Amino acid sequence: MSSRSKYLMLAASLILVIVFVFPIWNIDLEAPQYPEGIGLRIWINQVTGEKEFDLRNLNGLNHYIGMKEIVPDAIPELKFMPFILAFFIGTGIIFSFTKNRKFIFVWIVLLLIVMSVGLYDFYMWGYNFGHDLNPHAPIKVPGMSYQPPLLGTKKLLNITATSLPGIGSILIFISVTLAALSLFVDKKKRVGANV
Amino acid sequence: MKNKKIYFSLFALILFSVAVFNCTGSGDSGNFSDAASKVYVAPGSYDEFYAFMSGGFSGQVAVYGLPSGRLFKEISVFSQDPETGYGYSEESKAMLMTSYGFVPWDDAHHPSLSMTTGEQDGRWLFINGNNTPRIARIDLKSFETAEIIETPNSAGNHASPFVTENTEYVVASTRFSIPILNKDVPISSYKENFNGTISFISVDKNNGKMNLAFQILVPGFNYDLARPGKGVSHGWAFFTSYNSERANTMLEINASQNDKDFIAAVNWKKAEEYVKQGKGKLMDADYYRNYFDEEKQMAVSEVNKKVLVLNPKDCPGMIYYLPTPKSPHGVDVDPTGEYIAAGGKLATVIPVHSYSKMIKAIEEKQFDGEIDGIPILKYAAVNAGEVQDPGLGPLHTEFDGEGYGYTSAFISSEIVKWKIGTWEVVDRIPTYYSIGHLMIPGGDTKKPWGKYVIALNKITKDRYLPTGPEITQSAQLIDITGDKMKLLLDFPTTGEPHYAQAISADLLTKNSKKIYELEKNKNPNAVKSEKETRVVRNGNEVRIYMTSSRSHFKPDNIEGIKVGDKVYFHVTNLEQDWDIPHGFTVKGLNNSELLIMPGQTKSIVWEPKQVGVYPFYCTDFCSALHQEMQGYIRVSPAGSNVQISYNK
Repeated sequence: MSSRSKYLMLAASLILVIVFVFPIWNIDLEAPQYPEGIGLRIWINQVTGEKEFDLRNLNGLNHYIGMKEIVPDAIPELKFMPFILAFFIGTGIIFSFTKNRKFIFVWIVLLLIVMSVGLYDFYMWGYNFGHDLNPHAPIKVPGMSYQPPLLGTKKLLNITATSLPGIGSILIFISVTLAALSLFVDKKKRVGANV
Repeated sequence: MKNKKIYFSLFALILFSVAVFNCTGSGDSGNFSDAASKVYVAPGSYDEFYAFMSGGFSGQVAVYGLPSGRLFKEISVFSQDPETGYGYSEESKAMLMTSYGFVPWDDAHHPSLSMTTGEQDGRWLFINGNNTPRIARIDLKSFETAEIIETPNSAGNHASPFVTENTEYVVASTRFSIPILNKDVPISSYKENFNGTISFISVDKNNGKMNLAFQILVPGFNYDLARPGKGVSHGWAFFTSYNSERANTMLEINASQNDKDFIAAVNWKKAEEYVKQGKGKLMDADYYRNYFDEEKQMAVSEVNKKVLVLNPKDCPGMIYYLPTPKSPHGVDVDPTGEYIAAGGKLATVIPVHSYSKMIKAIEEKQFDGEIDGIPILKYAAVNAGEVQDPGLGPLHTEFDGEGYGYTSAFISSEIVKWKIGTWEVVDRIPTYYSIGHLMIPGGDTKKPWGKYVIALNKITKDRYLPTGPEITQSAQLIDITGDKMKLLLDFPTTGEPHYAQAISADLLTKNSKKIYELEKNKNPNAVKSEKETRVVRNGNEVRIYMTSSRSHFKPDNIEGIKVGDKVYFHVTNLEQDWDIPHGFTVKGLNNSELLIMPGQTKSIVWEPKQVGVYPFYCTDFCSALHQEMQGYIRVSPAGSNVQISYNK
């Protein structure tokens, strides 16, 4: 492997470190009486409000429609996701020094699989919160569920919910691109060397 | 044909009259559609200034926006407010304690914004209680009263609480001279036994805490208004006085005999030196300082028993009298600090003194006698000029920072604009009616925003829809950006808008508090979660620790209360969301309801006198299910064996 591809792979791994300090997904809610907005931030290891008390206030509002309280400590994914991320950072660094392209290929595929599973899990999480409603809730609208959109904007009663990937997801995407590029750059170089 | 002609002539005459009437009959001038656009603040937009207007006899402060004149809030200061529970709740009662006991009202006159280097800093607003001598400090993050300090040796705390350039002090003095210490003497012994005092209350620059630093004993005149110096005159403060005749009856006549009374010029930096040198005497006193502990969300009283008093006889160079015609009311210092304008309410001119002339006159000892150890400076030696023909009954002056003074004339109901230096009147505009104070935003600071002047009127008569014998008082917004003053807007005010202050909105909006953080609530009776709610009996005292959040109380059904019990409701609002207060009240509550801000705890006492079931509920429309936010309390006969029980 060339030094260029090594650095690309090293960058792909190290960039994942930044994912610890940025949200991977943003859910922003707009309602007439929330001109200042109210939102959720999903991090690799926690769920917070966009502003200090947003999560608390959202939980307060959600009890009217019988939605379960979002208790970050009770979400198991948040406990092991940091370890998965650390695994990719660690193996990524190691693979950038080993000259095995296959390992990097597997690394990329594995990361893509983990991302897809994560996305599916997130969708199911939203599905469950939106559908598993307390039958005694004060506000019951026949046929209405409150699943936030996975990607994009959706109107839920008086609230317009917008769900978009956060900086964390963009960083993971960049990481995958860099890793793939490291394979590509390497290949091109070798082709050149053969000529 | 002839008839038609007559009709036509009549019609023409009427038209002509209407036209003439429209041109000359209305006292208002100017193009009002133009004026409307200048005061129109579009829905959802913010005003440029906050205006704080004293409520006068209401004892409170009202917050308005300028230029719209919209009322935003009444801040409870000296008067109880059953709407919020201020002065009724267990947490706030102590704010209104004085050495005369609980005084739940006052006469609030002069709001005064804190300053740094002579400019408004948006930290605090001070206001005086005129009747029971007090000064309140309002926090401009929460827009709530944070502290009230009493001033001893005072009666009629009128010349107060004007702030020095860096809010080192707020000043006060006594309008009514009284025996000091107060004692049982014949009123006719006024000249022997009565004195005035001037007080300097220091303000801690970090937390605003007020402390009565020292008082100065002065001759028994009536001390009326004050302004500390600024810029060149920083370190001095000026106090008007009338009744230099020292009359004690029918002051209307007897205090209006002398051609000139005095402005007392106090060198407070010198006074500080005398304090350091130990020239002050510790006198017995009895006065309260009440402050609101924001962490505990609770007012605390402390009683002080001593006050340091300086006597001018022991402190040469600390105070001088500037002769000033005639029964002067206001005293106002221009933005540079050089000129001191007096509003001689019975004078035919506005005398303006010069600070530098005063200093020179002191150096040259240009004295005209002395009173009780206070040298009187010669009028000609201190006077810079006189504004001729300033209207009748000139009271107060504010400055625009462009070289002009604006003086209110009570009797002739007008504002008179005059030029500093030439002392000539350059413009005048009628006010409706009987203007007292006037206010330019920052017009008492080194840096006025010379955009508007507000007339604060005592009488409105025919200006608004009548509402029986008691009709509104008013403010008038006048544009002063051009050569001619232009009336833009009339708006009614709460209470009496005695004096006002205005500040650029961006200095306050960024700091305005949205909620109280529940985590930081150290109220001993707070409950931070529904799990902690409980009802505890101790003899005949029952304490109900409850929470409110949209849209329920916990607990909401309480049994085991008995006639003769003293029931404390300690209600914590668990919300942490902006603009979600909850109210609390129970049927037949004898004191007041509570309005509890997010994260706050308030307590109210209830002593049920009759057996039965009593509903309690939220009084602030908090949510879609506000009407469901309720509970019941069962009250059993005294001596019954119904045990305390409640649901959670």
